[in-house]
Amino acid sequence: MSERAKGLTRQQMCDRLAMEFEDGWIVNLGVGIPTLCSNFDFGDKLIVFHSENGVIGYGPLAAPGREDLHLVNAGGQHVTLRPGAAVVHHADSFAMIRGGRIDVTVLGAYEVAENGDFANWKMAGQKGGGIGGAMDLAACARHVFVAMEHQTRDGRPRLVERCAIPVTAKGVVNLVVTNLGLFAPTRDGMVLKEIAPGVTVDEITAATGCRLLIPREVPPVRMVR
Amino acid sequence: MKSKVFASFDEAVHDIPDGATIGFGGFAVVGMPVNLYAALSRQGARNLTCVSNSARGGATLPGDAPDMGWLIKNGQVKKAICAFTAPTRASQRFIFSEYYEKGLIEAELVPQGTLAERMRAAGAGIPAFYTPAAVGTELALGRETRRFGDREYLLEHALPLDYAFIRAYQADAFGNLRYRRSQRNFNPVMAMAARVVIVEVEEEILPVGAIDPDDVHTPGVFVHRLVKIPPPPEGWWPQRPADLNAGGRR
Repeated sequence: MSERAKGLTRQQMCDRLAMEFEDGWIVNLGVGIPTLCSNFDFGDKLIVFHSENGVIGYGPLAAPGREDLHLVNAGGQHVTLRPGAAVVHHADSFAMIRGGRIDVTVLGAYEVAENGDFANWKMAGQKGGGIGGAMDLAACARHVFVAMEHQTRDGRPRLVERCAIPVTAKGVVNLVVTNLGLFAPTRDGMVLKEIAPGVTVDEITAATGCRLLIPREVPPVRMVR
Repeated sequence: MKSKVFASFDEAVHDIPDGATIGFGGFAVVGMPVNLYAALSRQGARNLTCVSNSARGGATLPGDAPDMGWLIKNGQVKKAICAFTAPTRASQRFIFSEYYEKGLIEAELVPQGTLAERMRAAGAGIPAFYTPAAVGTELALGRETRRFGDREYLLEHALPLDYAFIRAYQADAFGNLRYRRSQRNFNPVMAMAARVVIVEVEEEILPVGAIDPDDVHTPGVFVHRLVKIPPPPEGWWPQRPADLNAGGRR
């Protein structure tokens, strides 16, 4: 296998999703690849990061040696607070989620189906699982975005017709970015919206396990200048 | 009134009976009752049902620091109720998983927001509620759902606790608590849900009235026993990852 998967880096994947965030949005980032969305330069837009453990308005990671041991994000990383931040307890944090206050959640996934189902809490053959806040977020955030590698480590597609492993929520995913491109699940199949530089449509088709709807012109993935 | 301030963790947990349901607060070590885990492992109550976000600690404590794993290795745990019952990365191993995979302990996996709300409901006198989380998933199989408007919801029952073990930043002698930053997490809802609430406190326990009423996060009405955490090495305190790696103890 090559040192790095073909196409976009993980930061470029997250930058592309972060471009979709609108001014004033409350954003919840899942553990893993999605945390990179917070590195994006939002310019004049006000983006408020919500963490499931009740931290609203956190900022960049704390510098080593300057960590506040009372303050972590959902991934247990020591973050900082931005002016205007607030802290609530877990029941209030999830009341914000269920109550529809989260504009977008960006989550990692093992599989996304062409109809918007996705799976991210239980690997095949595993006993138990790691749900965390993913089921609450997936069911209740206004938008659900997924950032994941296009294929598994052993080369199987993650974009699939139907999820083979237990789902986190049904029909909720609006947008998926992988190292190969940007995709949108729809009733008719998975739409290829943008293609990563240096990647061909044939390569994407070969690496994908569901119906792909491919417009005549597929623009390149929008990148940070 | 009898004082709520106890001199030691051992005294504060001396009467925990076999078969108790205990909530352990904390999220990624922050607000985790590390010292009470250690005391309960010495006390030895068995057949416990342990409720916690996750069955393990995190990067600001040594790998062998007290967490649910201590109780599990000690044969004290019958069942865990958590939002994580497996590692999220294949490379991770927890004591919990070894016992769970062998069928030596039971586990109930609950979405995190549902877990918090089940305890909040117990504390608020609400026996059950409907939530959209987990609808259409394996967790909803064979369970009661109901449509309200155009959406399906899953029935969830309140989760009352016999005991809550929590950690707070400040307490006054009546048990009014303040948490600091993300230390709040599950601690206030577990305190509401439990009949007996035992708190490990970071700062010296303050005289009654020293915390402004507007700044009380958990009112003393919910709190029964307070223990000041001694300085290290007697007490367990999280450390910066760099200091831990440099070999500092506790």
